[in-house]
Amino acid sequence: MAAKYISREKLPEWLKALAAERRVLVPVEEGGSVVFRAYDPARAPVFGSDATAPPKGAVFPASQELFSYACGKEGEDANPTLKLEAHTEATPTVVFGSKPCGARGFLIFDRVYMGKKYPDPYYIAAREATVFVTMACDRVENTCFCHWVGSGPADAAGSDLLLTPVDGGYLVEAVSDKGAPFLDSPVLADGAGKTAEAEAVKAKAREALGEAPDIADAPKALLGLFDDLEFWRDQSDKCVSCGACTYLCPTCYCFSITDEGAGLAGKRVRSWDACMHFQFTLEASGHNPRPTKAHRLKNRVGHKFSYYPTLHDGLIACCGCGRCVKSCPVSVDIREIVQNAVAKAKA
Amino acid sequence: MTDPFNPYLPEVATILETVQETHNIMTFRVRFDDAAKMAAFTFGPGQVGQLSAPGIGESTFVINSPPTRMDYLQFSVMRTGEVTGKLHNLVAGDKIGVRAPLGKPFPVEDMKGKDIVFVGGGIGMAPLRTLFLYMLDNRADFGKIRLLYGARSPQDMAFSSELPEWTSRKDIETTLTIDRDAEGWEHKVGLIPNVLLEMAPSAENCVAITCGPPIMIKFTLEALKKLNFPDEQILTTLEKRMKCGIGICGRCNIGTSYVCVDGPVYTYAQLKALPNEL
Repeated sequence: MAAKYISREKLPEWLKALAAERRVLVPVEEGGSVVFRAYDPARAPVFGSDATAPPKGAVFPASQELFSYACGKEGEDANPTLKLEAHTEATPTVVFGSKPCGARGFLIFDRVYMGKKYPDPYYIAAREATVFVTMACDRVENTCFCHWVGSGPADAAGSDLLLTPVDGGYLVEAVSDKGAPFLDSPVLADGAGKTAEAEAVKAKAREALGEAPDIADAPKALLGLFDDLEFWRDQSDKCVSCGACTYLCPTCYCFSITDEGAGLAGKRVRSWDACMHFQFTLEASGHNPRPTKAHRLKNRVGHKFSYYPTLHDGLIACCGCGRCVKSCPVSVDIREIVQNAVAKAKA
Repeated sequence: MTDPFNPYLPEVATILETVQETHNIMTFRVRFDDAAKMAAFTFGPGQVGQLSAPGIGESTFVINSPPTRMDYLQFSVMRTGEVTGKLHNLVAGDKIGVRAPLGKPFPVEDMKGKDIVFVGGGIGMAPLRTLFLYMLDNRADFGKIRLLYGARSPQDMAFSSELPEWTSRKDIETTLTIDRDAEGWEHKVGLIPNVLLEMAPSAENCVAITCGPPIMIKFTLEALKKLNFPDEQILTTLEKRMKCGIGICGRCNIGTSYVCVDGPVYTYAQLKALPNEL
């Protein structure tokens, strides 16, 4: 499909047209952070830098009702009743202007939530109802490491349309069947004359990332260090178990399930959870298989760079966005940990 | 419109009967309200279910009745936290939610023709009970069946109404033990691993299945090794904190193995191959 072009001036027109038919989430500034919110023509989207929080909630809300329940008893001698009602429908959504890493995160979700045995109806409905119009990066930050994990500044995996910043506007390419019909919008102009420039922008950003270190041995190295608690204590010394890394991670997909009720009715909800918290694996007996932050950080890094890739054809459960590095209050750096593990295994 | 299968949505079930087993263990016998679903329900010994106490939450328990007796599904619950506390307040006629079956069952086909040794401690008898009764109901398929069941005291012994039958049947060999002697106790006194060493079952063509508190399992495994049981012929069933029960929510893994879907039944050989994070 031929590429299209849209000028910066025309962009609001396209966003308005999209928003007329569905929820459109764009990155906007809010309280000093950049977060995805419903498009509002009065608030200019922030496309230049990567959003503080990824668009994870578009498909996997931070808190989501699984079903509602109502207990009852009709009269003194009647039997108790229990009614459960689930709604899995999702709102048609466009996530507009995420960087490739934010969209790529869902590839890691897909393997788990769209499994053969227990496909997750809530996730699947939301995933199918969501279109990703992703913005290729024209500059990189020193926390970016997408090239370590098989991605890059113009990675289209997980996206439906790819925009690339060019002089005066954006080249618009369809990168999935789901994205193709969106190119028919009358707001979009022919982009043939812009493709060479766009390719140059992509190549420049990729070049700016430099060479990726060889972490092919990470799965084995991390597993080999499983019982080396001293190593993990060293890596996790600074960690304050705040969970910001998991909250901001596009690939962290763990959740908790809790009941929220008042009286005889209420709902069961699932909410993002964080393996960095003591309570995550705390058992009712008081036993905790991951009792210290060293155990917990080991699981987080191990899951992303060893267990998950081992289970899923080598796919690393990290998109290299660097949010955990950038937003960690004490500068724990997952890149260092992986490299330290690989180096220690070699030594 | 028929919705796709929703693995998070429990079946509504009615409690037919409760049995106060010990001061902190209560047994629930339940049936799904949907008769067609109950009739179509199948599971293997060792598979688990999530019981819902609406408004409080869900916890995981083994279905401890055998698939050969489908009048009801039985769960035995030790009162430990919020969900179990709420469950203990329920009575016959009350409704609960059930998500089952979850996890993998004991490999019963591989056990056919073999001698069997059950070693259960405390509430750890529950996951053994389903397999034990399944084998009694298919008695001809198995060799010698021995059960060693121990608890701290006679009062801590669950399934007490069944013990007379288990100890008197001629086609099985049941040994009961308690940690310290008690008045009126007519069976063994001694810690389970020590009694097991006294019993000294032959490891030849024999499968040992053990479940109980972690410290008991640890010493039982040592005893079984002293009796020359190969790692592949020792089975246990694990517990972890679980939420989804379907391998998604991410908390019950030991390295690459998710206890809720890859377990809870493991051979000792499988456990040794996993990272040490029990």
